[in-house]
Amino acid sequence: MKGFQETASSEKTPFWLDPRKRAILFQLMTFAVVGLLAYYLTSNTLINLKKQSIATGFGFLQKESAFEIGESLIPYSAANTYARALLVGALNTIKVAFIGVVITIILGTIIGVARLSTNWLLSKLAAIYIEVMQDIPILLQLFFWYAIFYETLPSPREAISPGAGIFLSNRGVAFTVPQAHPAHLYMFLALMSGCVIVYLIRRWARKRQERTGKIFPAFRVGIAIIFGLPFLTWLAFGAPLGMNVPKLGGFNFEGGLTVSPEFIALLLGLVLYTAAFVAEVVRAGIQSVSKGQREAAMSIGLRPVPVLNLVILPQALRVIVPPLTSQMLNLTKNSSLAVAIGYPDFVSVANTTINQTGQSIEGVAIIMTVYLFFSLSTSAFMNWYNKRVALVER
Amino acid sequence: MKKVKWIVGALVWTLLAAGPMAAAGTLDEVRAKGVVVVGVNPGVAGFSMPDEKGVWKGLDVDTAKAVAAAVLGDANKVKYVALTAVQRLPALQSKEVDVLCRNTTITLTRETVNGLNFVHPNYYDGQGFLIHKKMGVKNAKQLRGATVCTLPGTTTEMNAADYFRKNGMPWKPVVIESNAELNKAFFAGRCDALTSDASQLAAVRSVAPNPDDYILLPEIISKEPLAPVVRHGDDQWYDIVNWVVMALIEAEELGITSKNVDEMLKSTDPQIQRFLGVTPGLGKALGLDEKWAFNIVKQVGNYGEVFDRNVGPKTPLKLERGLNDLWTRGGLMYSFPFR
Repeated sequence: MKGFQETASSEKTPFWLDPRKRAILFQLMTFAVVGLLAYYLTSNTLINLKKQSIATGFGFLQKESAFEIGESLIPYSAANTYARALLVGALNTIKVAFIGVVITIILGTIIGVARLSTNWLLSKLAAIYIEVMQDIPILLQLFFWYAIFYETLPSPREAISPGAGIFLSNRGVAFTVPQAHPAHLYMFLALMSGCVIVYLIRRWARKRQERTGKIFPAFRVGIAIIFGLPFLTWLAFGAPLGMNVPKLGGFNFEGGLTVSPEFIALLLGLVLYTAAFVAEVVRAGIQSVSKGQREAAMSIGLRPVPVLNLVILPQALRVIVPPLTSQMLNLTKNSSLAVAIGYPDFVSVANTTINQTGQSIEGVAIIMTVYLFFSLSTSAFMNWYNKRVALVER
Repeated sequence: MKKVKWIVGALVWTLLAAGPMAAAGTLDEVRAKGVVVVGVNPGVAGFSMPDEKGVWKGLDVDTAKAVAAAVLGDANKVKYVALTAVQRLPALQSKEVDVLCRNTTITLTRETVNGLNFVHPNYYDGQGFLIHKKMGVKNAKQLRGATVCTLPGTTTEMNAADYFRKNGMPWKPVVIESNAELNKAFFAGRCDALTSDASQLAAVRSVAPNPDDYILLPEIISKEPLAPVVRHGDDQWYDIVNWVVMALIEAEELGITSKNVDEMLKSTDPQIQRFLGVTPGLGKALGLDEKWAFNIVKQVGNYGEVFDRNVGPKTPLKLERGLNDLWTRGGLMYSFPFR
């Protein structure tokens, strides 16, 4: 009260009555409290760790890991460092998350569209799928797929071969792959440049269509270029046909490409579970476009595919993309359930690291940072995409 | 402004005042709680596993009971916390449990950088391989290229890596966190071999659908002294847990069993009189009741009884005493003098 009288006499607005200054003050206060809390937690933790003589710091990353990892995208052995082991785990997570997201979006879209189909059987099947998959916890689904794999499939010596060069056993699926050849690198480069050329052609075709109204068959030409260029490269290298066929040696298949049961079970579980949610998102998106839009498009003589591509989808995507982003993040985060079925994902490797070094705080900090990075980069990409498909108001 | 300053000041002061608290001794905490919180394995037959009535049974469980008998006078005042291999050390470090009786191997790293103290081992073990009999493998050197199931965060995981690296043999680990899931995967043939401490492998085989389908390879590739663990920095609690394990062994050396312990109170042997607290002193030195050792033997038994009851030849595990026999019979179980 005293303060109020003083400032009132000087005929200035007291700063706590000035909303702008008051806002700054409150923000400063919040900042200070959060800062102090963080300082308190860190220093208290450090003191307690020191009291129990538990090692701290990130020096352990450079030490030899001394444990083996079941599958890896990069060369790795027990003689490598913890840092490399963690990298192997992170790459394994990216592998399952990336493949999972791509398949989930395709499958989810198909089921979502099927759910809206006028075909009674198809739409009911889609509905049953969505309800069942959404309501069973994903961990149980993972156990189920993993058990299916090791309980029903035979040992490698009695492997089932559904097609030439493919072998199914409880050690996974072994595929025949082409023998490594220098041509493969150039074929890959040809594929990449094909993609760029197709992108340019599509741009040119759209511009031309806007200008002259002539339609260029961009899709067919695009397919021809994307597949044709690598094929021509392959021919140019004398069409190497060497195949790397998996052979039974010792305990398991050697050669070829083997996909482990853990990976397949994890991928199946994640995809089938998340696809149910994505299907609902897609359905909601399509239903958000009013019936009149479709009818108007049909009445000007567009065929069903262009109606979907040019009228329905551009409007539906605005509704679909934001919740789809959150489903993609869910899939990535759920991939950490890999620990339960033995797929060496990032969390599994980090857990082992934590246990062998005893530095749980650093380990958990690394896990959180890496997942934060995965999530932020996914949502950054999706936000960019969302901006592109957002309604442009003129 | 003054008011705001005052509020901030008060907040800062509260935070600072709430700084690190002086840790009370574990013994006092246990007495206040009236129960010893013990970290155990969720399920290894013979070591720690709930029976069909949900009562925990096993060698590690009996060690935990011995601690409760010595400290609280009642072997049943134990709260069991089932921990996976990965969870166990953080659980102890973060004071979630008072002591860990969970077939944990003593290693230099765990004693130093992990801030733990191991007491006297309650089981001397070594790592082996359990395999499917129909594979026709006779020794571990034939495991070149094999797929091997193992638990994460164990010394086993590293020993296996060392063994295959030393012998220049390629292999593929399958690392699954839960014992139950791991065993299922092994029985179903996901792995050629399961590696763990030999005692645990015996336990796994005892719960297999058909135990005769599996054999243990002859090689023991490591030393695994398994011991209860406590945190660094509480010497009194360390002493208590250490001497509880010693007391189990000492009782067997002295020939005191749960059946004859009451008569033994009348013994004229000064060693026995000191041990059972007839001659006071040892209990006070540990900060415990003078009847601490008597309570252990009366309620839990001596080490030999504990061994035979849980893992011995008459149990499904059928383990011989071997290294775990008394030193007088060629084993490693050797209690330090109780005086």
